[in-house]
Amino acid sequence: MSREWYKLTAHALREAVRNGETTAVEATQSYLDRIKAVDGKVQAYIDVWETHALQQAEKVDARLKRGEDAGPLAGVPIGVKDVFCTKQGTTTCCSKILKGYRSPFDATVVEKLEAAGGIFLGKLNMDEFAMGSSTENSAVQITHNPWNLECVPGGSSGGSAAAIAANECAIALGSDTGGSIRQPAACCGCVGLKPTYGRVSRYGLVAFASSLDQVGPFTKDMRDMALTLNVLCGQDPRDSTSSTIPVPDFTRALRDDVSNITIGLPREYYTDALGGDVRVRVEAAIEVLRGLGAKVVEVSLPHTDYAIAVYYIICTAEASANLARFDGVRYGYRSLNANDVREMYVNSKTEMFGPEVQRRIMLGTYVLSSGYYDAYYLKAQKVRTLIRQDFQRAFEQCDVILTPTSPTPAFKLGEKTADPLEMYLSDIYTISVNLASIPGMSMPCGLTDSGLPVGLQVLGKPFDEETVLRVGYTYEQHRDFEMGAPEIG
Amino acid sequence: MAKITQQDVEYVARLAHLAVDDAAKERLAGEMGDILGYMDKLNELNTDDIEPMMHAQEMTNVYRDDEVKPSLTREEALRNAPQTDGEYFLVPRILEG
Repeated sequence: MSREWYKLTAHALREAVRNGETTAVEATQSYLDRIKAVDGKVQAYIDVWETHALQQAEKVDARLKRGEDAGPLAGVPIGVKDVFCTKQGTTTCCSKILKGYRSPFDATVVEKLEAAGGIFLGKLNMDEFAMGSSTENSAVQITHNPWNLECVPGGSSGGSAAAIAANECAIALGSDTGGSIRQPAACCGCVGLKPTYGRVSRYGLVAFASSLDQVGPFTKDMRDMALTLNVLCGQDPRDSTSSTIPVPDFTRALRDDVSNITIGLPREYYTDALGGDVRVRVEAAIEVLRGLGAKVVEVSLPHTDYAIAVYYIICTAEASANLARFDGVRYGYRSLNANDVREMYVNSKTEMFGPEVQRRIMLGTYVLSSGYYDAYYLKAQKVRTLIRQDFQRAFEQCDVILTPTSPTPAFKLGEKTADPLEMYLSDIYTISVNLASIPGMSMPCGLTDSGLPVGLQVLGKPFDEETVLRVGYTYEQHRDFEMGAPEIG
Repeated sequence: MAKITQQDVEYVARLAHLAVDDAAKERLAGEMGDILGYMDKLNELNTDDIEPMMHAQEMTNVYRDDEVKPSLTREEALRNAPQTDGEYFLVPRILEG
């Protein structure tokens, strides 16, 4: 008698595998069947590794049968954003320029999850090179929000968030440069955490903006988040930006207690411009925590208004440098329509990069070009200092900062594709977190009247993911609503 | 206020190794002008005495021992290349001769 194992959290599933209620193969098959049943509508996966997943699961089962420790995530099915290098399948960043690219190595986080007993189900959809907030910039397909198929799943890790919401994997890997984990987690009603810059190795993460990119997971609940961070975090000799700061056991942070916690609310975020169901749900969440003994204070982040301008200067500048490597020489697409090397570079890029990627390369090249470097790039780096100082001062008064993750719930497919600046402004609450290099998490705090998830963002001090998890865990135990699961179709 | 002309677009495209036709030039001049115009709001701030944030984390140089470790074989390194002779990446001729 087979049960619906795909409905379980990762921690419940790993217990069921450990104590013999089910096997890794049965759990994996349950998820593969689930993908077959719903992914035609959601379209989270761009590639499903059925045979490979079942082989991995057989190996885990064999280890368990021999009485070996098969790892903390033994038998847990995982989806991987297509921005991570994997020896299995292809790694394309959902761009035509990398179509068919087969990485000769695995990203460090992929190696770690595999060593922990995780089972990889396949690659997940994303905005091309992680540039976007709706996953509509994917060159492969459009992903639909499981809560309302006419809405976007958010982006750029939209496939990862949708796959968790639709129970198409137990854990998903994502990357976050300006909100690309937290905003889709909010849109799809799951937990998504961007750790402190340096917490997780980025070896094998295809680079977008190197001073902002960070790897993080999507999970169904807070315990799964702590378990997954335990596997992912830690210094890696292959990534010189990964930190040597010791990694705690994050499951010890899962304490139902906020009695000595001070919550900061930035006055610049709770303006009249923030309204509707998002404000109502976020304020209700704050009241739940206040009722449990947390102290709530107002803080100020005075340079908030400048964050989007700073972010889009720095991220486009860094992207223009990082994406220069796609020149048709060592890997990726090469245009045959070229008489010399320069034409080969130009035509390869122009024929295969999508419009948003080309726009960002152009902007980044402009702000780095002679005569404009000081006015844009250097200026942005200086204002970035001010934004980081804002958070340092705010955290002198509080332990965590609570904000909405996004000013609105998931918007309709096609609604914001015509105006790039409008799309950029939807990242208002998430991008400062990358600029300040601090950890940030989105977790569900209810549904709007029309049934779309609302995300609560919990921000912490650098390398203090533990307090973020503790506040999130306490809220999760006491939240005043039933999240339920979306009916797909 | 940033005003981006079609000549600016052409110049930047040349630096970026991208080709822009007339329609793209017109579209990008408008879009880039809007976005860069929005970025001009940073000029409201006096940042003369502010240090630029050059690094995302307070780290000094990260060193490692200079040891030979396993790396890609030539075959693996060439596997994804559009054109090789089995030993090198091949590109269109660069030098006349």
